[in-house]
Amino acid sequence: MNKTENQKAWLFVLPVVLLVAFNAVIPLMTVVNYSVQETFGDNTFFWAGVIWFQDVLNSDRFHASLGRQMIFTFSILAIEIPLGVLIALTLPRKGPWVPVCLVLMALPLLIPYNVVGAMWNIFALPDIGLLGYGLNALGFDYNFTRQPGDAWFTLILMDVWHWTSLVVLLAYAGLVSIPDAYYQAAKIDGAKSFAIFRYIQLPKMKRVLTIAVLLRFMDSFMIYTEPFVLTGGGPGNSTTLLSVDLVKIALGQFDLGPAAAMSLIYFLIILLLSWVFYTLMMRNEAN
Amino acid sequence: MKNPSRFVPALYIFFLMLPIYWLINMSFKTTNEILGSFSLWPREFTTENYVAIFTDPTWYMGYVNSLAYVSLNTVLSVSVALPAAYAFSRYRFLGDKHLFFWLLTNRMAPPAVFALPFFQLYSAVGLFDTYWAVALAHTLFNIPLAVWILEGFMSGVPKELDETAYVDGYSFPRFFVKIFIPTIAAGIGVAAFFCFMFSWVELLLAKTLTSVAAKPIAAVMTRTASTSGYELGLLAAAGTLTIIPGAFVIYFVRNYIARGFALGRV
Repeated sequence: MNKTENQKAWLFVLPVVLLVAFNAVIPLMTVVNYSVQETFGDNTFFWAGVIWFQDVLNSDRFHASLGRQMIFTFSILAIEIPLGVLIALTLPRKGPWVPVCLVLMALPLLIPYNVVGAMWNIFALPDIGLLGYGLNALGFDYNFTRQPGDAWFTLILMDVWHWTSLVVLLAYAGLVSIPDAYYQAAKIDGAKSFAIFRYIQLPKMKRVLTIAVLLRFMDSFMIYTEPFVLTGGGPGNSTTLLSVDLVKIALGQFDLGPAAAMSLIYFLIILLLSWVFYTLMMRNEAN
Repeated sequence: MKNPSRFVPALYIFFLMLPIYWLINMSFKTTNEILGSFSLWPREFTTENYVAIFTDPTWYMGYVNSLAYVSLNTVLSVSVALPAAYAFSRYRFLGDKHLFFWLLTNRMAPPAVFALPFFQLYSAVGLFDTYWAVALAHTLFNIPLAVWILEGFMSGVPKELDETAYVDGYSFPRFFVKIFIPTIAAGIGVAAFFCFMFSWVELLLAKTLTSVAAKPIAAVMTRTASTSGYELGLLAAAGTLTIIPGAFVIYFVRNYIARGFALGRV
């Protein structure tokens, strides 16, 4: 659409700018402020320069949480994106079952995060949970509160349960936008179903899949409540992801300086990786 | 068309329903039964967990509080996003692209980063422990989302609609309310749905910004889980009740779920 130049449009966006600025700029400046100051707990602050940033960047604790966060994020992306596309491909495109399927699939997306954590906790308990009891009955030695491997398995399974539907909905939206004529043409040409997928469906889904990857990347990098409720970061520190660690430092130990420096580094990592993802995928699209 | 691949969605939905079934199952069991044995369905069916929730103000007020700030946030986000989205879809102005991108970066800010500064900010302006605090805090990620969705819907409306209305003698506010808003009603519904959803499921900020008067149901649950021992039945019943508003809302926008997502552009 050709847009007209109109500086008065600023008046329309002003309420949004004010509200978001109040919520984003002031808190962000508070964080920046803490990140360069030192305090001894009596509300007096001293200039501290970049020592907190150096501390955080050199601390093994931060490296370990960041490493766990990366493993978590890339595992769930590797599972949820292909699985979501597969399910979207096998969903019927028309018929009375479509809305039923979509509503049922969207249900996990609408459950409060801590309820998701609590639900999976109850579901996975080794003695009374369906999953935990079932796995033990099948002969697996499963206990997510004691064994780090099991905690990770439960955490990833929970995220797959929680968010794969988002990928399904997005991919499905891309699929239903393909006109029937494309399929008819492919049929006349005698195209195999893989060829249809590769040359018709995948290109049409590219844009929505870009959104899906970005949203899943960002949200999984910020995840806090579900792992906190499910495992509390344990056993030990084995499932302490970045946010869980950050809240421990900021609200638990009230170490303002290090927490603020870590917040900024954390935020910058998300922005940087999102940007990298976005440019890479846009470049692929251009080719 | 007989197709074995149809089993994939069925299996997936079955997998989705299992933990939900388990939660509902637990909510109808007595504490003794939950801790005493493993059973696939309640042997001594009881509604005492639900009765406990509906007769205890700390419990049911949690729902009232959650619904209050979620509704407030939805109305607030959509109503300020409407004119902004209109501006982005119709006009070019100084810094428009940068502004749009800046709005979206707020979607990438981890709530954990903002928890402490938000606590201090809202305490300083005297809004701590009110519906407004949580509703305003949640606009941080809901306004960008609402602008983004609404802009998508508005760009689909041809500009001739605006021009014809002006020729017919409509003033801008009258055109916006009488013609434009009904035209994009579906988009408003979708935006409202996503605002509702993201405000309803968020807990970290909601919990940080409230203590007693505006405490959300999700935070009441965490308190109960830690202080009054291991009342799993009660926890399960409260959890089951939090699923209902979402299920209710999603039924109304079922035809737009996919469309709403498809229109989004990063």
